[in-house]
Amino acid sequence: MKTLFSALCLSLIIALSPFATAPAWAVEPDEILDDPALEARARDLSKGLRCLVCRNESIDESNADLARDLRILLRERLTAGDTDDEAMDFIVNRFGEFVLLRPTTGGANWLLWAAGPAMLLIGLIVGGGFVRGRARATTKSEDALSTEEQARLKAILEE
Amino acid sequence: MITELGHFALILAFLIAIAQTVIPLIGAHKRWPGWMSVAEPAAQAQFFFVAFSFGALMWAFITSDFSLRLVTLNSHSAKPMLYKIAGTWGNHEGSMLLWVLIVALFGATAAVFGGGLPPTLKARVLSVQAAIGVAFYSFILFTSNPFLRLAVPPMDGQDLNPLLQDPGLAFHPPFLYLGYVGLSMAFSFAVGALIEGRVDAAWGRWVRPWTLAAWVFLTIGIALGSWWAYYELGWGGFWFWDPVENASFMPWLLSAALLHSAIVVEKREALKSWTILLAILAFGFSLIGTFIVRSGLLTSVHAFANDPERGVFILIIIALFTGGALTLFATRAQAMEAKGVFGLVSRETGLVVNNILLAVSCFVVFFGTLWPVVAEMAFDRKLSVGPPFFNMAFTPFMVGLGIAMPIGAMLPWKRGKLRRACWQLRYVFALAVAMMVLAFTLQTGRSALGPVGLFLGTWMVFGAFADLWMRSGKSSVTDRLKRILRLPRADWGKAVAHSGLGVTIFAIAGLTAWEAEDIRVAQIDEPFEVGAYTMVLRDVGRERGPNYFATRATIDVTRDGKPVTTLYPEKRDYPVARMPTTEAAIDYKFLRDLYVVIGDPQNNGGWTVRTYIKPLANWIWGGCLLMAFGGFLSLSDRRFRVAAGARKSNVQGVPAE
Repeated sequence: MKTLFSALCLSLIIALSPFATAPAWAVEPDEILDDPALEARARDLSKGLRCLVCRNESIDESNADLARDLRILLRERLTAGDTDDEAMDFIVNRFGEFVLLRPTTGGANWLLWAAGPAMLLIGLIVGGGFVRGRARATTKSEDALSTEEQARLKAILEE
Repeated sequence: MITELGHFALILAFLIAIAQTVIPLIGAHKRWPGWMSVAEPAAQAQFFFVAFSFGALMWAFITSDFSLRLVTLNSHSAKPMLYKIAGTWGNHEGSMLLWVLIVALFGATAAVFGGGLPPTLKARVLSVQAAIGVAFYSFILFTSNPFLRLAVPPMDGQDLNPLLQDPGLAFHPPFLYLGYVGLSMAFSFAVGALIEGRVDAAWGRWVRPWTLAAWVFLTIGIALGSWWAYYELGWGGFWFWDPVENASFMPWLLSAALLHSAIVVEKREALKSWTILLAILAFGFSLIGTFIVRSGLLTSVHAFANDPERGVFILIIIALFTGGALTLFATRAQAMEAKGVFGLVSRETGLVVNNILLAVSCFVVFFGTLWPVVAEMAFDRKLSVGPPFFNMAFTPFMVGLGIAMPIGAMLPWKRGKLRRACWQLRYVFALAVAMMVLAFTLQTGRSALGPVGLFLGTWMVFGAFADLWMRSGKSSVTDRLKRILRLPRADWGKAVAHSGLGVTIFAIAGLTAWEAEDIRVAQIDEPFEVGAYTMVLRDVGRERGPNYFATRATIDVTRDGKPVTTLYPEKRDYPVARMPTTEAAIDYKFLRDLYVVIGDPQNNGGWTVRTYIKPLANWIWGGCLLMAFGGFLSLSDRRFRVAAGARKSNVQGVPAE
C-alpha cells in the first residue's frame, strides 16, 4: 500500500512540473537488459533497494523517476561487470544505508536480528518452566470443589 | 442544522460517557446497586447519541454540504454515491468518529447481552469501556472536530483520494475498526477482572466471543486491504510490510494468541495472568496502530493526519490506558493462581506453544517496525527495515506454527502422547510429503518455497480435518461421517479456521514461487506469448468516467487457439484530485489469475503492457475467508447461545430493585 505514497509523490511531481507528461511505471521495457541472467540479477537486487522519494517501496516496484534512475544505474554497474556485492556497495556508498531494505547485521543492527531468536528462547524457557510447573503441581485442587462450589452444588441438588 | 445537532449529540455522548465511567465504578466499589445500574442505560444512550452524530456527518457527505470543512477537503459533488458515503470515514476526523462509534456500539452490546455477568463485573467492564470512549471523544472534540464549518463555502470539494474510491477500500476501514475496537472489549474485561480480583472459567467464556469477533473482523479487514492492494496498485503485490499494515497485523497476531489462551482459561483455569496480559497488550497494539497511522512518526502512505499535536494526544491515551492497565496488572496478577494441572504433552502445552510463537512473531514485527526510529534516535543511523527483513525474520515462526498446529490440535486435554498424535497424522504427513515431491518434480530449477509451502498447506488443511475424523469414534465410515456432521460448531469452526490458515500459507508460497511476469512493448494486433497464453493488443481508446478520464486497452487472450477472455486494463486520471491510477484487468480463475496492466504509449509506436500469471492468487483471500468463517462458526456454537439463554432467564428471575 505504500505505492499510494509514491503515487502521491508522483502527483506532486506532476503538479509541480510544467513539462511533466504521463508518469513512468515500474520497470519499463527499455530498461530491461538483453542478457536474461543479468536482468534476473538486477531484478533481484532492485527488490532490496528502497526508492528514496517513496520511502516504503523498492525501486523494482516504484513508478518514481528517481527509482528509474537508480534501476538504470544498477544495471549499468552490472553490465560493467560488477558482482552483486560490488554493485550494492557502490549504491550504498552513494546513497547511504537508508537504501537497503534489508538492514545490515553490522553495528547496533545485531540487536534487530537477534531480537526475534532471543525472544523465542526466553519464551520457550519461561513457557517450558510454566508447563513443567503445571505438570509437577500436586493434583489436590483438580477435582475437588471449592467450598463455594460445594454450597452451590448442594443448593442445586436440594431444589 | 443537522450538522449542529450532530455536533451537539457528540458532546452529549461525551458527557454521558464521563458519567458512565465514574458512577458505575464507584457503585461497584461501594456495592450500591443503583449506581451500578447506571452503566446499562448510559451505554445505550451513549451509543444512540454518537450514532446520531455519525449519521449527521454522513448526511453532510451524502448531500455534499461544502460548508463543512471536512466535506470540502474530502468530497466532490461528482463522486459516486457509494464513495460519498465511504468518504465519511475516508479521512482522519471521520474515521475517529467511526472508531468511537464502534467503542460505544460494543459497550451497548455488552450492556444488552451481558445480563448473566456478575453485576459488579458488568459495571466495571462498562465503566472501563466508557473511559476509552471518553479519551477518544475528547481527542475528537479538542483536536480533530469533524463538524467545523467554513466561513465561505466553496462551489465544489477537493475530492477523495482516487485510490480510496474503490469498493474494497470503502469497507476496509470499518472492518478493521470493528476488529481494533472489538479488542477494547477484551481489554475492558481484563481490567474489570483485575479490579474485581477474580478470573475464572466463566470469565474466559465471557471474554472469548468478543475476542473471537474482533479477530474475525480484523481478518476480514486485513484481507480486504490486501485484496485491494492486489488489484489496485498495478503489479499485484498483496503485502508490503508497511508500518501501517504491521500496525493492523500485530493486533491480529495477538488476538489470535488471546483467543487460544482464553480457551485454556475457560476449560482448564490456567494461563490466567498471561491471558489478562495478552488482552491488555492486544488492545495496546490497536492503540499503537492508531498512533502510528496518525502521528507521522513512521512515514507511511496511510498517514493522513501527520500532526504532532494529535500524535502527542494519542500517545497520552496509550500511556494512560496501557500503562495504567499494566500497573494494575503488576499489582494484582499474582492473586490469579492457576488451578488446572496438565502433563508436559497435552493440549494445554500445545496452546502454550501457539501463544509463544504468535507472541514472539508479533514482537519481531513490532521490533522491526520501530527499529528505524530507535536506530535514528539512539545510534544516529538512518536505515530502513523492509520486506526482505520481515520475510526472513517472520516466516520461520509461521512455518513452526504450521508444523505444530495439526499435532497440537490433536492432543487431548490434560495428558496426551506425542507419538499417538503423530501416528494418527501419518496419512496426512504422507500425503503432504507426496505433494511436496510432486511439486519438486514438476518444477525445474525454481526455489524450494513452492514445494515447502505445498507441504505445509496440505499438512495443515488435511491435519485439521483428520482431527475431526478422529473425533468421530470407531465404527463404519457412514456412521463416522454422520457423527462428524453432528460435532459441535466450535469443533467445525476450529477445523475450518485452521485449514484456512493452511490455504493462505500455501497460496502465498505458491504465488511467490511460481509467478510469471512479462513486460514488453506491445504493438497493436501483434500477438505475443506469456506462459501458455497468447495475447493480442487490439485497441487503446479514451473513455470518460463520472469523475475521471481513462485510457482503456482491449486485449484478447487465447490459449491453444481457443479464446480465453478479453481484458480491458485502464489507466485513469482524476482531474480534481490530480492523480493517476491504474486499473489492472484481471481474469480470475480457480487456479490462477491473469493480471494485465496497460502502461504508456511508446515513441516508436505500441504500448507498454505488463502481464502477470499469478497462480493461486485467489486462495490467499479464500484462506482468509475460511479463517473468518471458521471464527463465525465457532461464535455461533451452542455453548455461547446456551449461555445467552441462561442469561435471559436469569434476568427474569432477578426481582426488581
